[in-house]
Amino acid sequence: MSDIKPIENYGIHTAKDQPVLVLENITKTFPPAVTALDQVSFGIRKGEVHALCGENGAGKSTLMKVLAGIHQADGGQIFLEGRPVTLAGPMDAKHQGVLLIHQELSLVPEMTVAENIYLGNLPRKWPSRVDTKKLYADADAILKRLKCNFSARDKVSKLSIAKKHMVEIARALVFTPKIVVFDEPTASLTDTEKHVLFEVIRDLKSQGVAIAYISHRMDEIFALSDRITVLRDGNFRGTVDTNNTSEDEITRMMIGRSLEKTRNVAAGTFGEKVLEVKDLSCAGLFQEISFSIRKGEVVGMYGLVGAGRTEIAETLFGLREPTQGEILLDGESVTINSPTEAVRYGLALVPENRKEQGLVLGMSCRDNITLANLAAVTDGGVLKQSKELEIYDKYAEQLAIKSPSWAQRVGNLSGGNQQKVVIGKWLATHPKVLILDEPTRGIDVGSKSEIHKLIRELAKSGYAVLVISSEMPEVLGVSDRILALKDGRINGEFLDSEVTEDDLVKAISFDNASVQRAS
Amino acid sequence: MTSIGTKARHFVLEQPIWIFVVLCVVVFSLSSEHFLDIDNFKNILVQTSTIGLIALGLTFVMINGNIDLSVGAVVALAACLAVDLQTLGIFPAVLIGLASGVLLGALNGLIVWKTGVDAFIVTLGAMIGVRGLVFVYTEEQSFFATDFAYADFGISSVAGIPTLGLIFLAFALLMHCILSYTVHGRNIFAVGGNRQAAIDAGIRVGPHIVINFMLTGFFAALAGITLSTQMGAATPNLGRDFELWAITAVVLGGTKLTGGAGSIVGTFGGVVAIGVLRNGMNLLQVPSFYVLVIMGTILIAVLFIDKQVSRNKEQELKV
Amino acid sequence: MAEASTDIKTGGQASLAQKSLEIMARQGILLAFVLFLVVFSIFSDRFLSADNFMTVVRQASIIGTIAIGVTIVVIGGNLDLSVGSLLSFSTVLVVDLHDKIGPTGAIICMFLFALLIGALNGYLVGYLKLNSLIVTLGMLSAIQGVTLIYSGGQNVDIHNQDSTWFAFFGRDYLFGIAVPVILFLGLALLIEFLLKATSYGRKVFAVGGNPAAAVFSGIRRNRMVFSTYLLSAFTTACAALILGSRVMGSQNNVGQGYELLVLAGVILGGTSLLGGSGSITRTVIGVLILSFIQNGLLLMGYPYYAQWLVTWAVIILAVWLDIASTRGKVFTSFS
Repeated sequence: MSDIKPIENYGIHTAKDQPVLVLENITKTFPPAVTALDQVSFGIRKGEVHALCGENGAGKSTLMKVLAGIHQADGGQIFLEGRPVTLAGPMDAKHQGVLLIHQELSLVPEMTVAENIYLGNLPRKWPSRVDTKKLYADADAILKRLKCNFSARDKVSKLSIAKKHMVEIARALVFTPKIVVFDEPTASLTDTEKHVLFEVIRDLKSQGVAIAYISHRMDEIFALSDRITVLRDGNFRGTVDTNNTSEDEITRMMIGRSLEKTRNVAAGTFGEKVLEVKDLSCAGLFQEISFSIRKGEVVGMYGLVGAGRTEIAETLFGLREPTQGEILLDGESVTINSPTEAVRYGLALVPENRKEQGLVLGMSCRDNITLANLAAVTDGGVLKQSKELEIYDKYAEQLAIKSPSWAQRVGNLSGGNQQKVVIGKWLATHPKVLILDEPTRGIDVGSKSEIHKLIRELAKSGYAVLVISSEMPEVLGVSDRILALKDGRINGEFLDSEVTEDDLVKAISFDNASVQRAS
Repeated sequence: MTSIGTKARHFVLEQPIWIFVVLCVVVFSLSSEHFLDIDNFKNILVQTSTIGLIALGLTFVMINGNIDLSVGAVVALAACLAVDLQTLGIFPAVLIGLASGVLLGALNGLIVWKTGVDAFIVTLGAMIGVRGLVFVYTEEQSFFATDFAYADFGISSVAGIPTLGLIFLAFALLMHCILSYTVHGRNIFAVGGNRQAAIDAGIRVGPHIVINFMLTGFFAALAGITLSTQMGAATPNLGRDFELWAITAVVLGGTKLTGGAGSIVGTFGGVVAIGVLRNGMNLLQVPSFYVLVIMGTILIAVLFIDKQVSRNKEQELKV
Repeated sequence: MAEASTDIKTGGQASLAQKSLEIMARQGILLAFVLFLVVFSIFSDRFLSADNFMTVVRQASIIGTIAIGVTIVVIGGNLDLSVGSLLSFSTVLVVDLHDKIGPTGAIICMFLFALLIGALNGYLVGYLKLNSLIVTLGMLSAIQGVTLIYSGGQNVDIHNQDSTWFAFFGRDYLFGIAVPVILFLGLALLIEFLLKATSYGRKVFAVGGNPAAAVFSGIRRNRMVFSTYLLSAFTTACAALILGSRVMGSQNNVGQGYELLVLAGVILGGTSLLGGSGSITRTVIGVLILSFIQNGLLLMGYPYYAQWLVTWAVIILAVWLDIASTRGKVFTSFS
């Protein structure tokens, strides 16, 4: 057990600060051998924002699913407003006042906002007719309460992701919840959209609703929450007052040690410019992008969601057509019309979404690794098992890919190992330029730092690397030079050795930050 | 833009098939003097009513994200039962015919629900198997209606409109109202648009799917029976390829194969489009062989146009 | 979304019994196959003779040959419903041209036109990215129409049926085995090799398994899909060769309904209609099962349409078994 002491006792008989929800000794196992939760106990008070932290695999999601009635606990008891309850299923949980807002939205795109809010719950007029008047009136009322500026008659498919999130929250309010659980709600929101969400949360809080907030983002947790509970490996590690703790302490509770910054693999010497981009533009997405990457260098592209970074990578890789500008490889101007051509020119892209864009989940690890360079494993069109295995073994070792065998279906691996397979696939093409888009998104902390070290080593061995990231520590720890993007433009270029976090934050949030051109 | 203008624009964008219908009507009225005739329109109505009825039921199933390939075989089964069992009286025979469709629909629906096998495969099997049932029952013979009242019904009219046409129009209106105004109808979009969300929201998706398959079976049976009243007979090979035409009508009408979107009005437009096209080409004495080629080409063309219209060209990836 | 740090999500060791049950369930098709053989051989002593076996394979050869190409299309993530009409068209064409320009010319012409049609399918689905179900449905009608136009609604015949070498494909024997069987199984072996042992095949699996990832990996998805339709048209043309040669004539709708029997065979064999998995071997087994059902029932004295009822049950049961074993539960769990 750690040396952190929980601040309060969470028995149901506590008099002051009545908890609205108490979890006592919740245990959940998935047969045959996975214990997701082990005797977890803590409480959430009425009208507080209670953050839940932990590494991937710590059990946060499982706990929340038990709460939302999606899973049934194998042991322990849940108390709602002092009374023991059983949450038999999602509908049951909703009716008792516990609502989970998933990360993946649960909306029907082709229906209106009102129909989505009242999904499964449409107001009726004599057995079967929908009471449309009441439906839209009620829906509009809820939207007003949430200060939403769109109409209940709008089709959900036409709304932005943030507005869709609002619709999900509106759905929750139909049931007058006692506690709302948010599971990583800001993953795809822009800054302004986040602020709207936070306003809504504060509003709910003032109305006495308890909020559970699952997140990785320390800045949000410290800005929003009243208390923080930390889980590690299915065990409860402690609950602390947000005002009395620090990021470092929480991190220590989460992983048992402090995070070292990866700024320690020394930069090698840089060679010639391998990739140069001049005034690259794509109407509506990014404008006049100019930068270069030298051999052995890691350039980080930092910015918020919507800044245009992924779109730039896609253009470099032949997935988008630029409306203007030039791309030069090794000094020569090239036109890249498709990923096939990009690969031939020596470019490689580890995409943002590894499951949808990086891997064929149903295929084996080996087949995924050789996929981008089949020429190397064929002899006159015929595949050579020995060559394939050779390549698989090489990268499995270099990248420390944990898989029982090469034939294992890649969909069965953990996120970190899946990402390593994608990286291995691209290393097997011997590229000149390696682009990584959000390389450690959704990956456990251990694999994360492995990948960061790997990026530094790859650069040292001669690759020109571009890393796109929205996590400040990552981009600072991994890059030699950082480009800050805002709204499709480069708003700052900094040397890693000179930049401060403040500089970066300013550069991605404010216009007219001085564009320092690092030499 | 006036709100009527915006509404019209939305209507046309969602169901472009109506433009095509208007186009055809214009072209055919100009090229054939027999086209713009009240009797001809009555003709079209009756001719399209068979596929039209099937398409009504099929629309619900397809918005659900499923499909029913067995409708053609059900047409034959219901027709043969209704004609053959007339010794029991026309009314009971028709009821048994309709019941056969409903029961088979229920069977399809139950299998899709409980086994999780895709509707395409389940109804593919049913298509083959029910046809087998028909052949076993009829022993490859054709049946002829013994009661003349049966065949008379096929050509009867009510207030100047052919009864069969009225039946089709009445049911089309009913289905439209169900889809747009009832809870079951709205749930169809939910189940088709995001099944997991529907389940999580407490909608009983299983029985919902079964009901829609039962409706499809009902309409296929009705189509078969009304067709046989026109012929005064029923053959075991009846209904072959009907599923193709019905699916074509539904897709032309704007229903997405992946589910979640569609309308009865659109399906009606698709049915009318096929009917008008066939009738017009008939009047122009285009050999029936060419009709097939034209129908096939139009189906593909509509698909292409629909894709062009709904793409957001500016922001897309070359994937 | 945050992910578990366990390496393998299946968690822990399953017992040996559990594992072997799982393997058996996945091979449900093979089990069904063996079951049939047993049941039918009990009821009919002619069933298990080598002679009968050969008959069954020969009868399966036309559907089977078409199914080879369709399997590739399905693994690539699409459908091809136009093969029935294409069979009609190709058979009519080759038989008709036989007397006009001789067998060699007829065969070359047929393959050319069939591949042209395949190319059209491939263009619409591969490059224009239209939905393959609807496109090939439309082509089904269109090709049927073209066949009728070409034949003028008439049936076609080859005269002097005894003196032409064209009879080789459908009627001759080579080393004691019927040529259709050699063509069918030979083609199956060839294409299975192409599928499993070449980079082409690997790319088809990738495109069917995850088209976006395939593109992101530098594979030319459009070209691959296009090629699958060329293969489908090619195997259909081969089937037309066998059919035309055997019957030495053709009705102009001879292929009607074949697309569904072919699909039934592919499904029975266990290839997923979603794409990304499957094999020619599985399809061959699926097609043979269908053929055995037909043969067995006929030998037991049932009329030809009895097989349809059995096929109905077999398809659903076979796929259910496969699905249930993958998800670990017999029935679905939503209400």
